[in-house]
Formats: sequence, structure tokens, C-alpha cells
Amino acid sequence: MSTNAKDLPKDLQNPLKRARGLGSAQFGVSHWWTQRVTAVGLILLGLWFVILVLGLLHADYATARATVAKPWNAVLLVAFIVTAFWHAVLGLQVVIEDYVHTRWKEIFLMVAIKFLAVLSVLAGALAVLRIALGA
Amino acid sequence: MAQTQRPLSPHLQIYKWQVQMVTSILHRATGIALAVGTLMVLWGLLSLAAGEDAFNQFKVCTGSPLGMILMIGWTWSLFYHLCNGIRHLVQDAGAGYAIAQFVRSSWLSIIVSIVLTLLVWAYVLTAGGAA
Repeated sequence: MSTNAKDLPKDLQNPLKRARGLGSAQFGVSHWWTQRVTAVGLILLGLWFVILVLGLLHADYATARATVAKPWNAVLLVAFIVTAFWHAVLGLQVVIEDYVHTRWKEIFLMVAIKFLAVLSVLAGALAVLRIALGA
Repeated sequence: MAQTQRPLSPHLQIYKWQVQMVTSILHRATGIALAVGTLMVLWGLLSLAAGEDAFNQFKVCTGSPLGMILMIGWTWSLFYHLCNGIRHLVQDAGAGYAIAQFVRSSWLSIIVSIVLTLLVWAYVLTAGGAA
């Protein structure tokens, strides 16, 4: 027995699920889109970062510090850190959603990676600022 | 989860290995590796801000055999995720979905990422060792 497309329900969500308010979180499109925008940013920032590090291969401490302290390098480094951790959180979120099926563990991990990412970004930005401002 | 007994779709070991599967799995694996690698970048910056002793300690760790292996791994992870990420962005734009193109671009991601890793490490090693 074949099913015609017109016979399919328009809404595939279970009515009970809808009634409980456990439908989609409505963040899917912005998650997908932000992941792509940060990806494009990281193509540029990532290549720039590799070149920066290769240029510092044999630099002594003072040279490395002076290089990071240059305004453009400092700005791009902070941009790189923010974008990298943002993109990492979005990606890890998908992995956790796919493989962690115990609800409390899933939520714990999601919150934990966000806390860790925010702290890392703040610590990284502060480090770059200290270097750039000579503090 | 799993309060209902739904039929499961066949899992990985059922399928014959194809390069498109490998690129997809590697994209995830390298993504997770790079998430850990960003913490390494953070350590480098924090040690640079903290002072010369802390930075030298960081350089000793990254220059150690284990550190070098990790650095090579992260270099390849970065280039692979970069190449395959660009491939995914092209596919998101709707291009490259014919099976032949899909397979060819999979191989391209793998080969270009290995070539870039070799080039970078050839430069690092001929420039006289890491760190």
C-alpha cells in the first residue's frame, strides 16, 4: 500500500510533544548559519595565525612579545580566539547532541563547554591585552 | 531518551568503507582535536603574558618529542578541517553533489591537507627545529 504525499500529516511532530512544549528549540537556523559565518572567518584568521606562528619559530621572548603587541596582530589574535572558541562550541554542541543520550549528561556537557569557552576567551583576550599594553 | 522501541538504522560496521565516509568522520574527529588545540594556543598566549620563564617552559613542552607529535597532529587536523570545511561550504552553496565530484573532492581534501602539513613541517624542520 503506497502513501501519497497528500495523505501525510503537514506537521510531523507528535501532538503530545507539542503539548508538553518540548518541540524544536527554534535556534536551528541561527546555529547552522553562525557555524558557517565563523567558518569563513576562520579560513582567513586560521591561515593568518599559521603564518604568524611560523614567523615566530625562532623568535626569542622579547621578539615574540613585541610581535603580538603590534596593534594589528593583537586585534586579529583576539578575533581569532573569539571565533575559534565560538565555532568550537557550535561544533561540539552538535557532537554532544548526536552521541550523548542521557539528558542530564547532555545538558551538563553543553553548559560545561560553554563555561569553559567563555573563560578561555576572556583569559586569552586579557593575555593579549596585557602583552599589547605592556602590563 | 529511548522510551520507545524504535527500529535502529544499520550502524557503521555494516557499510563498505568509502572515502566519503572517511572525510565525514575525520571532519568531526579533527574538529574535536582542534577544540582541544585551541586550549594549547591559549596556554601559549597566557605564558607569553606571564613572563619569560613561563614562555620558555611552554617552548620546552611544545619542543619535546610528545609535544612535536601533538603539534604535527594539530597541524594536519587544522589543514584537514580547513580543506574539508571549504569543501562543505561549497556543498552548502549547492555545488559538487554529483557522486563523482563528491568522491573527487573528498580525495582532494585528504591529499591537499597532507601536502600542506608536509610543506609546513619541511619548513619548520629545515628552519632548524620547532620552537
